[in-house]
Amino acid sequence: MESIVQFENVGLRYGTANDGVSPEALTDITFKLFPGKFYFLTGASGAGKTSLLKMLYLAQRPSRGVIKLFDVDTVMLSRARLPGFRRRIGVVFQDFRLIQHLSAYDNIALPLRVSGVKEKDLHTPVSEMLSWVGLADRAGAQPATLSGGEQQRVAIARAVISRPEVLVADEPTGNVDPEMGMRLMRLFEALNRLGTTVVVATHDIDLMSRVKNAQMMRLDKGRLSDPTGALRYPPKPEDDHWEGAR
Amino acid sequence: MWSLLFPSVHDRKLIPEGRLSGPMPWVIAIMVFLTVLAAATGLSVRSGARSVNADLAGRVTVQIVEANPDERARQADAALTMLRSDPKIAKVVRVPDAEVQAILAPWIGGDSLNTDIPVPALIDVDLVEAANVATLSELRATLENAAPGARVDANASWLGPVFDLLVTLQWLALGLVTLLAIATAAAVVLSARSALNSHGETIKIIHLLGGTDKQVARLFQRRIALDALFGGVFGLILGVAVILVFAGQAGRLGSDLVRSASLGPVDWIILIFIPLLAMLLALFTARLTIMRALGKAL
Repeated sequence: MESIVQFENVGLRYGTANDGVSPEALTDITFKLFPGKFYFLTGASGAGKTSLLKMLYLAQRPSRGVIKLFDVDTVMLSRARLPGFRRRIGVVFQDFRLIQHLSAYDNIALPLRVSGVKEKDLHTPVSEMLSWVGLADRAGAQPATLSGGEQQRVAIARAVISRPEVLVADEPTGNVDPEMGMRLMRLFEALNRLGTTVVVATHDIDLMSRVKNAQMMRLDKGRLSDPTGALRYPPKPEDDHWEGAR
Repeated sequence: MWSLLFPSVHDRKLIPEGRLSGPMPWVIAIMVFLTVLAAATGLSVRSGARSVNADLAGRVTVQIVEANPDERARQADAALTMLRSDPKIAKVVRVPDAEVQAILAPWIGGDSLNTDIPVPALIDVDLVEAANVATLSELRATLENAAPGARVDANASWLGPVFDLLVTLQWLALGLVTLLAIATAAAVVLSARSALNSHGETIKIIHLLGGTDKQVARLFQRRIALDALFGGVFGLILGVAVILVFAGQAGRLGSDLVRSASLGPVDWIILIFIPLLAMLLALFTARLTIMRALGKAL
């Protein structure tokens, strides 16, 4: 099976330290993701999960290495070609990143509008998506008037409305109660069953254990704990690799 | 162009439009007001220069400078006869002596003119074409035998320094218009950068959702262009009001030169187009600024 995402010896270094060389936030990251699979990315806070996801959804270029998305090397890709790839990736940001002056409806509709979908063709999919995340009655509400969980669901709806080939979610359940967390995970599973590759960064082991057939990667101090990218499921509580995630 | 000014309702919602809330429209209004005044000055000077030039280009004055009144009259008649037979001359008129004396009287005194001071005989000549060095030389050669006391001068040569001044004024006006356009563009650059900074988070989100630089630029271009258009129209109205007041006062001077320097229909059309040009300048500058700024981000 052809991989949909491929990282090869990827390193990421932010800025420059006083001594001229700052430590790498991510080092020698190598793995492949395959279409239609469900992946968890875990690791302690500061391990580099968000940095890795940023490179995956093209918000950050690596300092070295090769990143292939949909079999295209995106590291040297021109800016003009980035939007086309970004539209194939749905992202649920850790801090939601909703546009505060737009309603829930308009936030969810944004990816479709960016893709050039006509206004008359927007209402049905956006309304369906609002119902799907249980916010049909909050369509006109602005993010500031929504609870954290509601904002999270708007962010998820926005990420999936254009049926992306890859869905990336950074700590999607961090701001919701366990029940809502499970509901959101069921949404991701439903999408996954429809063929979307799902990558969820979390350190909620209980949540991970409830998703059948998910594969996992663990980051530890900027390195994948298994350099070959081997993925393991289910997590074993006695496994040393999970200590950092607890 | 149409989609730049009239994008969808949603596009307008993406960047909240606080039109007239910032200084940009008022800065543009001042710039356009000054541009209209500078352009009107340049255009009216051009109009006056053209009018005077058209009047004088083919006009030549022949002076018969001869102390003896009888000989002066004879040479004047002979010169008139020769000039009237020349096919390159459209019209020849002897300026009556009384008229010449009336012109000189305020400076020299009417009484002494009649007795003591010999006054040259003057002949106004309108050439078929504009006077030049060759024409004047030919005319002098023609008159040499019949009227040895004849002096031939092109009227345009007397006003040479005035024309030079008018040309300088036109260049000055053009220079001012150019400087004002540059200042307007600079104001737009600052405004566009400020708008980008204010809406940086929205722009990042649009980019991450697959939005292109052109889509982002279009959101700002429209707002800046409409601000520029509003400011431009306001500046134009003020400028036209000042021009009309000034034209009314100048008209009361009764000067032919001032009257000839009035603005024609084409000049007014040019002035009316200044706000539109300011809007296009703002649109182009804003797009360039935004695209360059966005190009530095990922």
